[in-house]
Amino acid sequence: MWYFLMSDAFTFGAFLISYGTIRFSVNHWADPNEVFNAFPFAGHANLPLAFVSLMTFILIFSSVTMVLAVHEGHKMNRKGVEKYMILTIIGGIAFLACQAWEWTHMITGDHKVLVNGEIERWGTTVTRNPWGPHVMHNGELVSTPGPIAFGGYFFGITGFHGFHVFSGVIINVVMLIKTRLKHFDQRGHYEMIEKAGLYWHFVDLVWVFVFLCFYLV
Amino acid sequence: MSSNVSSPEITHAPEHASGTGRIWKTFWVLSALTVVELGLGYFLYWKHGELSYALTLSTKLLIAFLTLAKAYYIVSIFMHLGDEIRNMIMTIIVPLLLFVWFIAAFLWDGNSWKTLRNTDGGSRPDQTEQHQQHAPAVEKDAKK
Repeated sequence: MWYFLMSDAFTFGAFLISYGTIRFSVNHWADPNEVFNAFPFAGHANLPLAFVSLMTFILIFSSVTMVLAVHEGHKMNRKGVEKYMILTIIGGIAFLACQAWEWTHMITGDHKVLVNGEIERWGTTVTRNPWGPHVMHNGELVSTPGPIAFGGYFFGITGFHGFHVFSGVIINVVMLIKTRLKHFDQRGHYEMIEKAGLYWHFVDLVWVFVFLCFYLV
Repeated sequence: MSSNVSSPEITHAPEHASGTGRIWKTFWVLSALTVVELGLGYFLYWKHGELSYALTLSTKLLIAFLTLAKAYYIVSIFMHLGDEIRNMIMTIIVPLLLFVWFIAAFLWDGNSWKTLRNTDGGSRPDQTEQHQQHAPAVEKDAKK
C-alpha cells in the first residue's frame, strides 16, 4: 500500500509542480481570493477562503473518524468500526458535494470580460479564464481574459483529487459492507480497514497541498 | 507482533494499549495549523497591495511550511508511519526527497521563461512590474 501511495504522491507532485511552473512563468495569475469567494446560499457576499476552509475541515474530520475506525478495529470492536466507517463515508460524500457545488458555481459563473473591445460574460472553464488583469472600459473596471492554463490546472488537479475521494468513498463502502458481513471477525483481524485508512489519509494529505497551491497562495 | 496477525504487509507492532487521546490531539493540532494558515491567508488578502514583495513571499513560504507540518502530522500519526520500523520509513521518505530538487528546478525554470518572454529573449529591458495587478477587493459581481 505504501509503495502505491508513494507513486500516487509522485503523480500529484508532478501535477502540482507543473502548475507551479506555469504559474511562475506568466506575469498575471488569477487571484484566489477573487476567484473563490462564494459560499452556498450567501448570494454575492464576498467571502474569500470560507467555503474551501469548510471543505478542508470536513476532510480533516473524516480523517479522524477513519483513524478511530482503525483504532476500533485493533480492539476487534465490530460495532465501533461500523459507526466510524459510516461517519467517514458521510464526510467523504459531504466533501464531494461541496466540490460539485464549487465546480458548478465556477463553470456557470457570469463575469464581465473585455474580449476584443466587447464585453462578454464568462464562466471559468478549461478554455475560458475570466480572471485576467483589470482594465478601465467605459468608466468601469472590467477583467480581461487570463492565462488559459488556469481552468485546465484547477479542474484537472481538483478533479483528479475529487476522483480519489470518490474511489476512497467506494472503498470505504465496500469495507463497511464487509465489516457488516463479519468477514473481518472471521479472518481474525481488521487489517483491510487499516489499508483503506491509509488510502483515505493520503487523500486528505493531497488536499492539504491542493489547498495550499490553489487557494492559499 | 500479536498472534492474530498474518499479513506480511504489517511492518510495525500494533499499539493496543494507547487510547484515542493521541488521535484527538492530532486533530486539534491540524485544525489549529489550518486556522493559522487561514489567518495568514486573510492577512495577505486584507493587506493586499500594501505589502512589499519580500514580505508577501515570506508569508507564503510560512504558509507552505505550516502545510508541511500538517503533512508530517497526517503521515506520522494518522497513517502511523512514525510507528513503522526505520527501514520502512526510509524507503518512503528518501525517494520523496527528490521533490526538493523538482520544486526548485521547475519553479526556477518557470521564472526563467517569464524573464525570457518579458525581455524577448534578453533583447530588451524588462519593463513589467514584479507585482501582480489586481482589482481592489470590491467584488465586481455585486454591480450586476
